[in-house]
Amino acid sequence: MNDFLILMKPELAVTVIIFLLLFIKLGKGMSNGNMLLLIQGLLLLNFALGFVLLDEGSLFGGLYKTSLLMAFQKNLLNLGVFLISLLFADWFKKSEHLPEYFMLMLSALLGMFFLISSGNLLMFYLSLELASIPVAAMANFDLHKKISSEAAMKMILSSAFSSGILLFGISLVYGATGTISFDELPAVINGGGLQVMAFIFLFAAFAFKLSIVPFHFWTADVYQGSPAPTAAFLSVISKGAFAFIFLTALYKVFQPLHATWYNLIMVLAVVTMLVGNLFALRQQQIRRFLAFSSIAQVGFILVALLSNSPSGTTAIVYFVLIYIFSNLAAFAVAGTIESQTGKTTVNDYKGLYQSNPFLCWMMALALFSLAGVPPTAGFFGKLFLITAGAEQASYLFVIVVALNLVISLYYYLRIVRAMFMDKNEHPLPVMTVQFPVKLGLILCAAGIVLTGLISWIYDYIQLLS
Amino acid sequence: MPNTTYILLIVFLPLAAFAILGLFGRKHFNQSSGLIATSLLLVSAALAFYTAYGYFFQYGKTGGIYQKIIVFKYTWLSFSPGMSIDMGVLLDPITAMMLVVVPFISLMVHIYSLSYLKGETRFATYYAFLGLFTFSMLGLVLSSNIFQMYFFWELVGVSSFLLIGFYYDKPSAVAACKKAFIVTRFADLGFLIGILVLSFYANSFDFVTIINRLAEPNAPEAQAAVAASFMGVSALSWGVALVFIGGAGKSAMFPLHIWLPDAMEGPTPVSALIHAATMVVAGVFLVARLYHVFSMAHPVLHTVGYIGAFSALFAAVIACTQTDIKRVLAYSTMSQIGFMMFALGVSGASLGQNETGFTAGMFHLFTHAMFKALLFLGAGAVIHYIHSNEMKDMGGLRKHLPITHATFLIACLAIAGIPPFAGFFSKEEILLAAFEHNKLIFYVAILTSALTAFYMFRLYFKIFWNKEAHLHGEHHGEGGFAMMMPLVVLALAACSAGFIPFGNFVTADGKPMPTELHLTFSIAPVALALLAIVTAAWLYKNETGKSAKLAASLNGFYKAAYHKFYIDEIYVFITQKIIFNLIGRPAAWFDKNVVDGMVNATADGTGLLSEKIKGLQSGKVQQYGIYFLAGVIGLAVLFIYLWK
Repeated sequence: MNDFLILMKPELAVTVIIFLLLFIKLGKGMSNGNMLLLIQGLLLLNFALGFVLLDEGSLFGGLYKTSLLMAFQKNLLNLGVFLISLLFADWFKKSEHLPEYFMLMLSALLGMFFLISSGNLLMFYLSLELASIPVAAMANFDLHKKISSEAAMKMILSSAFSSGILLFGISLVYGATGTISFDELPAVINGGGLQVMAFIFLFAAFAFKLSIVPFHFWTADVYQGSPAPTAAFLSVISKGAFAFIFLTALYKVFQPLHATWYNLIMVLAVVTMLVGNLFALRQQQIRRFLAFSSIAQVGFILVALLSNSPSGTTAIVYFVLIYIFSNLAAFAVAGTIESQTGKTTVNDYKGLYQSNPFLCWMMALALFSLAGVPPTAGFFGKLFLITAGAEQASYLFVIVVALNLVISLYYYLRIVRAMFMDKNEHPLPVMTVQFPVKLGLILCAAGIVLTGLISWIYDYIQLLS
Repeated sequence: MPNTTYILLIVFLPLAAFAILGLFGRKHFNQSSGLIATSLLLVSAALAFYTAYGYFFQYGKTGGIYQKIIVFKYTWLSFSPGMSIDMGVLLDPITAMMLVVVPFISLMVHIYSLSYLKGETRFATYYAFLGLFTFSMLGLVLSSNIFQMYFFWELVGVSSFLLIGFYYDKPSAVAACKKAFIVTRFADLGFLIGILVLSFYANSFDFVTIINRLAEPNAPEAQAAVAASFMGVSALSWGVALVFIGGAGKSAMFPLHIWLPDAMEGPTPVSALIHAATMVVAGVFLVARLYHVFSMAHPVLHTVGYIGAFSALFAAVIACTQTDIKRVLAYSTMSQIGFMMFALGVSGASLGQNETGFTAGMFHLFTHAMFKALLFLGAGAVIHYIHSNEMKDMGGLRKHLPITHATFLIACLAIAGIPPFAGFFSKEEILLAAFEHNKLIFYVAILTSALTAFYMFRLYFKIFWNKEAHLHGEHHGEGGFAMMMPLVVLALAACSAGFIPFGNFVTADGKPMPTELHLTFSIAPVALALLAIVTAAWLYKNETGKSAKLAASLNGFYKAAYHKFYIDEIYVFITQKIIFNLIGRPAAWFDKNVVDGMVNATADGTGLLSEKIKGLQSGKVQQYGIYFLAGVIGLAVLFIYLWK
């Protein structure tokens, strides 16, 4: 019993919060502002709890497994959700269905926690659906906007399609090996044709969730159409969770297929970076721009996957931490501007520095970190991703990766230039940044600056990996 | 050894000054910012002197030999066991010596600037930058890790850039700060590659470890570094040569010296601090820090010697012809740094003899900091009074500026090497080391030394004698106490610093070495210097046509020297005519036609695609499904059948 309480503590805590919200909703006695404050408090508390009472082990006959690293990963995602609850306070306070929205978001988070801890393909599938379906509902929450319903529709259809392929893949795995347990699979996989096919079906499901090219088509539409917090959740929290379970799947379960997936990942890493970069280059819509930039960032995560060693795990977890700070800050600034002025294109951002220096600096810092400019943490994140990948990859590949870094630098700086240097006859009006948003942005900025400089964060992750 | 964590305060107090003044100074206490910065630095300097005292007299020696002591170490980033970037403090004789020089000169400049920049609107910004510079320079000299040093090395460069461009509304200042930044950045690239080469073979970034592993001929790392070769030169030689390029850039050695004269666009006290006494000797410090590794690569060390000697002579010749007093001092700085460099180069480590050159070079670094800072601050007082940098606007100022005159004369005597002033002692040691190890360099050095005396006294007579002062309008006095006090203190230092028995403290191997005066050896250099002074007096003491006639008779040579031997023009030719045309233009063409073309094609392609599927919103998801399926099938076929 004690095992159960301690090992499943993250999931249990999130479940408790969900039910608490449900009861509050039934009571109908709370204003949006107070409710948001409560949610923020609970999430912060949960984040703090995530550092104590940790243990490793497995439950339910291996269906559920956890380790210190997994607990840390879950806590990172929880931190991300906490930041979202701060950064998009503007939108939340206006929302008519705040508790529902958070119930959905926390359900998805719960799904991701189970996903990270799953020890069996069945468990994996169930938690994957728990992590996806609520997000599609969240995409629909700009209730009066058609584009939002469209985004939700596209997302649910595409993800149903990908689930179909995944289920097909799982059946093939069972057919080819006779087991679906993560512990038993490595022993029975021998690289036969059917197994490779099953693996590729499974892989497609991961690729879909991570927006790896050519499974990325839904990304830009959904990011553009859904409410800002949903888009942020999808691009950061969801990407992080799937990257973590991808690590387990490749490094442990499908280790015998290393020769196959190594080539697969290498090819797709290059394609994903290139497509993400090239499409981001001339994007005018900020949201679509961020969508393609996040596709390119996933390409860089794939580079580190190649290392097939703990250094790859370390680099990816570290990168996701930094990515949470940087990308959430970028989405938050875009979201604030959108909710207050309705402006969404790069041209509208021209001359932002004249009217809104605070937002402008935050955006610039976030973009610098995404571009990997030292001394922001993004630089260290990219550095470790690439050095991890370089352990195993050829020089040519590393050069291609470096070239992609240069391209990405160009389009991130394009936005910075528009904000600081370009003149605008009618710059955006002076915006009021609410306290929670300001606090969230400052936390992100601190994260962007300090995560790189404080070396024990990296050392700690390295210790866990 | 006592608790030494207070050493960190030495570094962080100037940083605190930078942070406080940089953040709040201009708005809240612009006028008192100078006092705040100066008092913080005073504490820092006191702690630094105390540390140096403790190191030299209390805990530095073990068994009669000065040790390298790691006082503090914090691992910042670790790559693999052994390879880590640390932030640490390394104390050894040269660090302790720099702990005297840097805070002392910085303190003098802080005090001097109180009066010199009074009324400047960006007073707080100025002191904030000074704080940043002092922090970076102290961090540089205390570094225990080569990467840490590189970090501070760049920070020093940045603060120098900021201070050169302090008068940013002056186009020449902006151009000068850009030039300094670009030239030193270019050299720093060499330094960085050098760091990577050396640390790869030593498998460490730690100075002590690198020196232990690479400077010990029997160590496996050193043997590997010597055995590996690239283009016929050993990896070790490449490594130290590249490191030396970084040092040469910072220390303005030929041909990377072109930024230093232009850097005089900064405020004069800044020139005294950064471009005369401290930052520009960072290159010398770097060579000294890795001296034992350099001495493993004899050809490189000899090259250091020849480059130093050539730079010394070259700069001295140019200094004889310049008319802007700060530029004369700038070339003189370059020349004196050349002395320090070749002193290291001829120190004779390769021959197994006693390494007098090392001690001599460091000694000269020490004394030079005192008298060169004094010269610059004196020049600052003159400029402050006259409002011009040009010699033709000066003359006959000895009665108007008595204190400046006296202290400037002391500094000139010191740099000319006249006993008993400081420069005499250090320069004699350098000459002696050169005489013992390399006769060619010795003759160059003695010629340069005579030229030094000549151009310094040309400067002196032109400013203070020559013609009667004809001043226009009202003139304020010589400058306040804040300006005169540093002059007097530095003059005292320039008189007395030579009597320090330097060999007892700073030697290559840490063992004290007896300091000897070779009176018979000194006769020739001193006589030559006196002759040069007399010549300068004959030419410039009174306004006569003799100097113009001399210049006319040496017309071609004089013109070339006046134009700094056209080195700047050569750089411009190479960058604009060759690099821009042969590399820049084709790259621009490639960018415009190939890269943009590709991007445009992609954009057109996506545009075409969206055009085709426009109005089919519901169809899009199905298409996504088709792409998805195609992706799965394509990958399956590729990896099951084609690429096993």
